[in-house]
Amino acid sequence: MSVNLTNPEQPPVKPVAEAKHPSGDKRFKILEVHMKKLQFKQDALIEVLHKAQELFGYLEDDVLLFISAKLKLPPSRVYGVATFYHFFTLKPKGEHTCVVCMGTACYVKGADKVVEAVQNQLKIRAGETTTDNKVSLLTARCIGACGIAPAVVYDGTVIPRQTPESAMEQINKWVQS
Amino acid sequence: MAAKTLTIDGKQISAEEGASVLQAASEAGITIPTLCHLEGVYDVGACRLCLIEVKGIPKLLPACTTKVAEGMEVSTDSERLRKYRRMTLELLFAERNHVCAVCVANGHCELQTLAYSLGMDHVRYDYNFPKWGVDTTHRLFGMDHNRCILCARCVRTCWHVEGAGTKNVAGRGSKSKIISDLNQPWGHSESCTECGKCVMSCPTGALFRKGSTVGESERDRTKLEFIVTAREKKQWNA
Repeated sequence: MSVNLTNPEQPPVKPVAEAKHPSGDKRFKILEVHMKKLQFKQDALIEVLHKAQELFGYLEDDVLLFISAKLKLPPSRVYGVATFYHFFTLKPKGEHTCVVCMGTACYVKGADKVVEAVQNQLKIRAGETTTDNKVSLLTARCIGACGIAPAVVYDGTVIPRQTPESAMEQINKWVQS
Repeated sequence: MAAKTLTIDGKQISAEEGASVLQAASEAGITIPTLCHLEGVYDVGACRLCLIEVKGIPKLLPACTTKVAEGMEVSTDSERLRKYRRMTLELLFAERNHVCAVCVANGHCELQTLAYSLGMDHVRYDYNFPKWGVDTTHRLFGMDHNRCILCARCVRTCWHVEGAGTKNVAGRGSKSKIISDLNQPWGHSESCTECGKCVMSCPTGALFRKGSTVGESERDRTKLEFIVTAREKKQWNA
């Protein structure tokens, strides 16, 4: 809250309960409505973070601070939870995402080689995005598709039995587009 | 409140219902090694040094988060427990850069004291030697992540004793790290009240007062207990 120190006669500015986010971004309003539905419960933090990531694509500091203020939680707590789960990302994702399942079954079937091939091709490490913001490479711990191991999720579509070659084919299509 | 009778190391003990085995043991004068436990804040059972054997349960249980039960038979010392405690300590040493000879907490370190008392004479595992930074942006205190054992005592103290919630654990596994606010330099933290309770709570040299010598870095934990007792029981005697 800002207190006006220069002019003591002017009363301090009171924050309005339903104030718009200063950025004017409507997504903050949608997020707030979602939090209201969950009665601003502090233990609904994970659900709220899910919604925020769905709306914004990633969780930037502004969004985390907004959530911490609305749920009345310390910012460090919100940051801690957001970084604990691999699903949440604090940096914007690329145009395309490639999620390689590194669960036990996929790993045994050679998912590590797929990751290595993609890493070498894109010159990034798992969890990073290429400098041109085209492709993000992520890994997951078992997506529950062990029967089709090794599975890779390209832009939300699960593709079975991947090899370094087949992954390369898909990645190159994205890079050249 | 109902009392429970149990035996700890063959000694008949009566403890209040809801008390932890650790509390019951310390009231009976039996010492169990601890590291993440801190008087005044709630227990999390993270360090696994207070592991005990309970008759009838095959696995080892942490004394700090195990509640007393009627007829419980507890053993706090055995070859098996000593073996596991030493192993846990060695893993803690190997995970980050714990080199006592060059540490600000040398001589006042709970990790070091435990290693001595549990007869740890070497570390069987290769040190990880991670490259963690040192945050010296704060006006009064510093945080050396290389010496952090992630016991989260500072986190619990900051949140539940001071009430500021400046510190928390970010990330997971070996990449976990104690952060201030949104992982910003400690000196830029808006919520930090500069009370220094986190420094008092730290068992190692991870949190330190700037400009203090090794000899001065003894920590006054009784102050934390004093505050908690004053707040909860309305008693102002240390």
